[in-house]
Amino acid sequence: MRRYFGRKLLVYGLTFFLAVTIDWMIPRFMPGDPIANMLSRAALNADAARILYTYYTHAFRLDLPIWQQYVNFWNALLHGDLGISTYLFPTPVVKVLLRAVPYDLALLIPAILLSWLAGNRFGAFAARTKWLDNTLLPLGYILTATPYMWLGILLAWVFGIILGVLPIAGAYSYSMTPHPSWLFVGDVLKHWFLPFASLFLVQFGGWAIGMRNMIIYELEADYSHYLEALGAPRRLIRDYAFRNALLPQLSGLALQLGVVVAGALVTEVVFSYPGIGSLLLAGIQNQDYFLVMGCFLFIIIGVLLANFVIDIAYVLVDPRTRRGMTGETG
Amino acid sequence: MMKTKKGSEFLFFALRNYKLRVGLTVVLVFLAIALVGPSLARNTPFAYANPLGAEPPSGEYWFGTTTFGQDVFAQFVHGLRATFVVGAIGGGLGTFLGVLIGFTAGYRGGLVDEVLNMLTNIVLVIPTMAVLLIITAYLEVRGIITESIFIGLTSWPWVARAIRAQTFSLRSREFVDLARLSGMKPWKIVFCEIAPNMMSYLLLASILQFGGATLNAATLDFIGLGPTTGISLGLMMNNAVLWGALLLGFWWWFVPPGLAITLIVGALYVTNVGLDEVFNPKLREM
Repeated sequence: MRRYFGRKLLVYGLTFFLAVTIDWMIPRFMPGDPIANMLSRAALNADAARILYTYYTHAFRLDLPIWQQYVNFWNALLHGDLGISTYLFPTPVVKVLLRAVPYDLALLIPAILLSWLAGNRFGAFAARTKWLDNTLLPLGYILTATPYMWLGILLAWVFGIILGVLPIAGAYSYSMTPHPSWLFVGDVLKHWFLPFASLFLVQFGGWAIGMRNMIIYELEADYSHYLEALGAPRRLIRDYAFRNALLPQLSGLALQLGVVVAGALVTEVVFSYPGIGSLLLAGIQNQDYFLVMGCFLFIIIGVLLANFVIDIAYVLVDPRTRRGMTGETG
Repeated sequence: MMKTKKGSEFLFFALRNYKLRVGLTVVLVFLAIALVGPSLARNTPFAYANPLGAEPPSGEYWFGTTTFGQDVFAQFVHGLRATFVVGAIGGGLGTFLGVLIGFTAGYRGGLVDEVLNMLTNIVLVIPTMAVLLIITAYLEVRGIITESIFIGLTSWPWVARAIRAQTFSLRSREFVDLARLSGMKPWKIVFCEIAPNMMSYLLLASILQFGGATLNAATLDFIGLGPTTGISLGLMMNNAVLWGALLLGFWWWFVPPGLAITLIVGALYVTNVGLDEVFNPKLREM
């Protein structure tokens, strides 16, 4: 178990290091000048612009040698300083991001967990049941093939525009200020529902299909046939198959995290939901170095943490990893 | 003799398998539209063809027009082409890299394997889209080919992982030992002795890579990091949302591109299952 976690942590550590290096490197070696951009919006006269340009170049420490910038970057990072957003000047990037993160978590955590649980249950239920298999499978494949934003657009169009029952933009009504009351909570939930539903549905299809295939595979395994030969009830055999099929689905969840997060980003853009996705879009459109880099780092850290949680869950579920028999590969 | 018999058996099951038939038909229909469509379109994708602005589908404009009077059909067929290009190049490159790294790691073993495996695990954990975002965000001019290459460069790990595992189990078999004893070159052993045993898997992996590359491209395009030169299905959806097609109810603008992606990728998945059943007798429905 120690070996198992040691190896995982090494991979995460290296990943983090690589990610931070990419994060630092790419903006600096790509074209585009954020300070010139920022100043051009201020519409100053040429002399004032030049003075301010030197001032900001110095203020953002872009005039230091490259290696020094890299060291400083790490140093600042470890102190929780991701720089100052040029788009929302002068708010620190960390502050901007921390304001957005709760919205992301509120969308992602329920969507991931519920779709995983429901999808697995449903997939296991549908496997080897002829009529369900024939209706669920095509539906599942269509769902899992749907681009997140398109499902979001469709849901927004159907429920927001045609039926007009749910709001399609923002996290709460603009007429409201956040305050603790049932009215406000209801309003937030109403705005939350459609983005959540589009994230949930796409993943649900994938998990249901994955589980259905795994169960069929497990039902072909020797132990299932043996149980069958002993005359065990169908339900019992299914329960065993389900437990065995859950393990690959759990490592599958770790692999899917990146895709889901990407899905959440575009879903937020569709619904103008104030999470990291919307910030990222604003950062890209305004060439805000620090904000885009911060979003990238937050996504990486979030995915790494989630991976770690899944590793722990894996150990809890699979006794082989606890006894050093490293059940999982890699 | 043996070979032809086996081939015809696959063909027999392939033709009988309705999942394969349906999936393949859908993909081929879209491919045909992508190939023929642009010559049927009366306008170029960005030309302001209709002076009246947005109009629903009609005999003149088959898929209607955008707010600016651009021909949605023209955009759609050109975007479809881009989708297939991204799938082929991105998916192809992803599969190729995965195979190369998987074979090298699995066959060489030892330190090479340790290093490559670590690399695979790292790239596997990093959210691909985040890396693509940060790379493309800083490119001033982006083409569809560039986009496909970046997608291919980041999508190989799970292929590499699976190929490595299979190579690992195959390389200690007798026939590989025999080939090694007879002095065959390592690369020849890999390609003539080991690879043929996983041809079916390679085919399946490349299909999934194709679908994955298409979806990745749609995500990138939608977030505003799509091709700056040319049109794509994701870009159409991006434009539709940005110009309020949702609020104005211009469904003909945003429904076709997403529907096409969904159907193509879904059909690919179904084809994949069909092929799996053809190759793997255990999964065949009796």
